Amino acid sequence: MKLNAEEEAMLNGELGEPRRWAIEHMMRVGRFFDAEDFVEVTQAHIMADTESLGEAGVEFLEHLAACPPQERQVRIPMITDPRGIDFCHYRRLGQTEQMASLEQRAIDAFEAMGILMTNTCINYQTISPPVRGEHLAFGDTGVVIYCNSVLGAYSNFEGGPSALAAGLTGRTPRYGLHLGTNRRATRRFHVDYEPRSLSDWGALGGIIGARAGSYWEVPVIEGIAAQPGSDEMKHMGAAMASFGSIPLFHVVGVTPEAPTLTAVCEPDSLAVETVGEADLEAFFARYGGKGEKVDVVVFSAPQLSLLEMQSLAELLDDRKIHADTSLLAVTSPAVAADARRLGLVERIEASGALVLEGMCFYQSYAREMGEANGWKRLMTNSVKLANIIGGYGYEPTLSNMENCVASAIAGEIV
Amino acid sequence: MQTIELICHVGVGPVVTGEALVTDDNFSARYDLDRIAGIFSRPQHKLAGQSYVDKIMVFNTAKGGVASAWMLHEMKSRGIAPKAILFNIVNPILAQGAALADMAMCDRFADGDVTRLIQTGDQVTVNPEIGLVTVTRR
Repeated sequence: MKLNAEEEAMLNGELGEPRRWAIEHMMRVGRFFDAEDFVEVTQAHIMADTESLGEAGVEFLEHLAACPPQERQVRIPMITDPRGIDFCHYRRLGQTEQMASLEQRAIDAFEAMGILMTNTCINYQTISPPVRGEHLAFGDTGVVIYCNSVLGAYSNFEGGPSALAAGLTGRTPRYGLHLGTNRRATRRFHVDYEPRSLSDWGALGGIIGARAGSYWEVPVIEGIAAQPGSDEMKHMGAAMASFGSIPLFHVVGVTPEAPTLTAVCEPDSLAVETVGEADLEAFFARYGGKGEKVDVVVFSAPQLSLLEMQSLAELLDDRKIHADTSLLAVTSPAVAADARRLGLVERIEASGALVLEGMCFYQSYAREMGEANGWKRLMTNSVKLANIIGGYGYEPTLSNMENCVASAIAGEIV
Repeated sequence: MQTIELICHVGVGPVVTGEALVTDDNFSARYDLDRIAGIFSRPQHKLAGQSYVDKIMVFNTAKGGVASAWMLHEMKSRGIAPKAILFNIVNPILAQGAALADMAMCDRFADGDVTRLIQTGDQVTVNPEIGLVTVTRR
């Protein structure tokens, strides 16, 4: 890779050990993907929950955080993805003191590096939405696919170590979606039905993600008459990234790089693949359980927007969750503060549900929470969560928010 | 005894040798593994129930989230990890994770589908620095 004088200085350790590690790490990754040089980035967002960090990852962060302040401070605004712990509620969830202690150590290390603990995977709705053409180093696949697709920003999936390296250096290797040539559509989908709920939009993302199936494929989607809003795009993108590791999609006439089909591809060069109502029904049918006892209903992944919190409050008003079922609503600290001010948290929790903030269900020791609480059958409207949670020992059921709430009240899948 | 040399893209990590465990399925450390027990835990995964410890893993591609970038490092720190992971094509997350963990990883094989070129039980040496995988089959 070509290095400028400043990057050479970083590599030689002249700007301290954290930046030396960072530039060397990114050069390894850049070599892997044939990057010729670095591109400057304006923001970084790091996914680093303690379940994935483990003791070894936290020690790694503490090692960097112990360096002198001028060496360890990030150079660009840098924020965090959800944590693994909500310190107000972890005991109630069956999480342990050891988990909370590891979490606190990670937070201390991040704060020593000047990272803002925003603890959110919906930063594009709540913190500083990127601008078209802005180069970023964002973690969380749902964040990246939304910012690339809906906002027209440029980011690869940056895992925690690479996001941290970008924060420390203000740059990332120029490969993948930082190059315009990799943003052209490679698969063409025509949707034959209208998604009606957020889970329908998620399912559409899941179907297309599973079919496209690779980080290096870019779906372009036509045929949807309905105008999606931010939450619809959020659920579709998160599910597409989860099922297919897809970092970018275009919706013709909706997303900024695709005002027309010809703007993102040569239409005749791509076969049209149809997604129909039968595909949608088959997708939901994979997540059964009708009539079975439901142990826990979870709204999370991505964290709920303020508008989703309002929808949930309206569904739960004057109703009570079944005594043998838990209902968890997970949101960001920023949304939680607003939701509290607006009375939404009080309305949701009056039903017996619990509002959690700054975490996300699946990256919060989900296996251990399940074992501690006897949770097996999990119901959600999040296609992303339904896809992930089977690996943690749960049996997922997927439906829309209304059915999830009705099931939580009945105590069984309706 | 048969020896095959497979050319791939330059990768990351050290030279390692071990026994192959091959699937045409995809991979995420977050979605698919019980990392404490060292086995594939997602029931739908084609290797469900099998151990990945010290294996040369061979997959089609990477899927899912960014967590795998930390998880490879965490798994290796406890010694309950694969020796190497090979893909037809990988995403940035797994490559970033291998770079942090100093775990051998390669992809983009010149001779086609690596999940067919290598069989479970083969002895495999991975040299990421030069992009060469040597397969010995009994």
